[in-house]
Amino acid sequence: MRQPILAIQSLSAGVEGRQILKGINLVIRPGEVHAVMGPNGSGKSTLASILAGRDGYDISGGEVIYCGKDLLALDPEERAREGLFLAFQYPVEIPGVNSTYFLKAAYNEIRKHRGQPELDAMEFLTFVKERMKILHVPEDFLKRPVNHGFSGGEKKRNEIFQMAVLEPKLAILDETDSGLDIDALKIVAIGVNKLKRPDNAQLVITHYQRLLNFIVPDFVHILHDGRIVRSGGKELALELEDKGYELIVNRTTVPA
Amino acid sequence: MVTMETKTDVKPKQPMMENGPYLEKFEQFEKGAKDPAWVRVARKAGISHFVELGFPTLRDEDWRFTNVAPIAKLPFEPVVEPTRDAVAAKALNQFTFAGLSGSRIVFVNGHFAPELSSVAKLPDGVKVMSLAAALASDTALVEKHLFRHARADTNAFTALNTAFFQDGAFIYVPAGKTVPEPIQLLYVSTAKENGAAAHVRTLIVAEPGSHATVIENFVSLSDASYVTNSVTELVAGENAIVEHLKLQDESQRAFHIATVAARFGRASNVVTHSIALGAKLSRTNIYANLAGEGLECILNGLYLTRGEQLADHYMIIEHVQPHCASHEYFNGILADKSKGVFHGRILVRPGAQKTDAKQTNKNLLLSDDATANTKPQLEIYADDVKCTHGATIGQLNDESIFYMRARGIALEKARRILIHAFAGEIIDRVRCEPLREELDKVVWDRLEQNEQVAVNQ
Repeated sequence: MRQPILAIQSLSAGVEGRQILKGINLVIRPGEVHAVMGPNGSGKSTLASILAGRDGYDISGGEVIYCGKDLLALDPEERAREGLFLAFQYPVEIPGVNSTYFLKAAYNEIRKHRGQPELDAMEFLTFVKERMKILHVPEDFLKRPVNHGFSGGEKKRNEIFQMAVLEPKLAILDETDSGLDIDALKIVAIGVNKLKRPDNAQLVITHYQRLLNFIVPDFVHILHDGRIVRSGGKELALELEDKGYELIVNRTTVPA
Repeated sequence: MVTMETKTDVKPKQPMMENGPYLEKFEQFEKGAKDPAWVRVARKAGISHFVELGFPTLRDEDWRFTNVAPIAKLPFEPVVEPTRDAVAAKALNQFTFAGLSGSRIVFVNGHFAPELSSVAKLPDGVKVMSLAAALASDTALVEKHLFRHARADTNAFTALNTAFFQDGAFIYVPAGKTVPEPIQLLYVSTAKENGAAAHVRTLIVAEPGSHATVIENFVSLSDASYVTNSVTELVAGENAIVEHLKLQDESQRAFHIATVAARFGRASNVVTHSIALGAKLSRTNIYANLAGEGLECILNGLYLTRGEQLADHYMIIEHVQPHCASHEYFNGILADKSKGVFHGRILVRPGAQKTDAKQTNKNLLLSDDATANTKPQLEIYADDVKCTHGATIGQLNDESIFYMRARGIALEKARRILIHAFAGEIIDRVRCEPLREELDKVVWDRLEQNEQVAVNQ
């Protein structure tokens, strides 16, 4: 088997003394799409945040190996340059910072890290416009300040657009579906599917099954109270939709 | 952002009677002056107002956050004679806007320096000259405007300026004329002694339908604790379009007090920028009298402070006529133990219906020891108006920084991008492109000199 992109082993973490993740195990290999589903408070977003390197969490146990490296020892920017991408649940508005400038800075950081020459403004524009076409992103996205004044749907689309530009090895989509209407959801999902390749992977974190109608996962994991209580194929998501978290979680209270 | 209607009454004055040296100096100075009679009357009134008012103290509501006692304690040395040591023209190349084309009038310690100045070819009737010269050659024209906008009876520094001013610029743009290139007024200090005070007085008159861009640039070649006490009167006639930019880049030991007193006519469009980078203590008063219907004005400002600097902006916008819009935008970036002060009063007179007044003051603290004081005031006597104000004081947004880092941008760079963007909100409002570019460069250079830009301390 090929080397995993991500291997999480017995990861325990919390905030201000409160334990949130209680021993997560998860292995993601190239070409795979994993969905992590769970009710509110189960630890989904904490998991995404810790993987991306957000401050404020205490890691009390376990390890995360990303492409053979100790992920938790890296700064957030180093993780991004190594090809880890978090599509934010709440993308941040940055007034005054032009989107093109921002994306070019990010893209060139990643290129530099890979030992590739940086693109100048013209080269970048050519490249980015081609990416925009693939995702049908309106051109004014580039001219506006980062996420500033964007609708909820536009912000999520912009996340996927950034993902298309930065070409991550592992994309973590943190509740990218939340707050989207069905049309916006489809646009986002189609974008994600287009970016799927045999050498990259996606970790889709969601509360609802409906996103998984459009992004079909190879594996579904159910997170409850800081633990993955069940894993299965895509049919698990449907079962969950059918029976609800309550039933599935109660039925599967198994010793770890 | 909140909308508020408040009426306030503020008036405690604390006369201070240590004016012996000022009166004495004035009497000496007055003997040598060769002014027209009406100027002498104004000077006399100025000194008596100053004696009556004294320097403001912290008990004065309008000076609550800015202690000018260090100025009062300095020896009072108005620079009466032009400085003998010539300033090399080359020495001016280091200053912002040095490469700008157009007219440049230079004043050294408040005295006109013709050898350093150059006037570009100007449209007929446009005057760009020394005020002292204009008092002799264009007395009637100057008399129509000088002393009529900056009040010496309520502001001790204006009173002192009126009593002691030596020179400054006179800019006159006749009706319908356009001056295509910016006119730069460069005020250089070479003061060698502490307390040396340059009282510069400038008059800018843009007649109806005229169009001009004027820069007032205060710079220094001095290490002394000198004082600049500047008063600018700016008159924009009906339909006039004026861009005015004041850059305060004095030495770190200097005291800088400036008043811009402006009157805007019907349907005029004026934007005035105030950028404060230098001085140990600076205070810029902007009084804008919106005297005609349907005009628009923008007061736009940026202050960068570090060390123990203090930068204070005090604005009064007076809406007198209906259908006028005034927008104030002031951003401060404060490092170390420095302090930024913003005081903005919007006064809407009865009858100034459909006023659209907006005011924002945002402060970015780069250190835990920096202080921002912000005091918005609305005083509204008309009932059909839209007045808003908002003020923020805070640090760089952690979420924004994390968002950028999560895209591969290093922490230091993320901080720089955000700080640059914060300054850029103000700089982007400069309409004249060469000005905007140079300003962006100097602001950025100054920010880069400060390690707190990269790392929070």
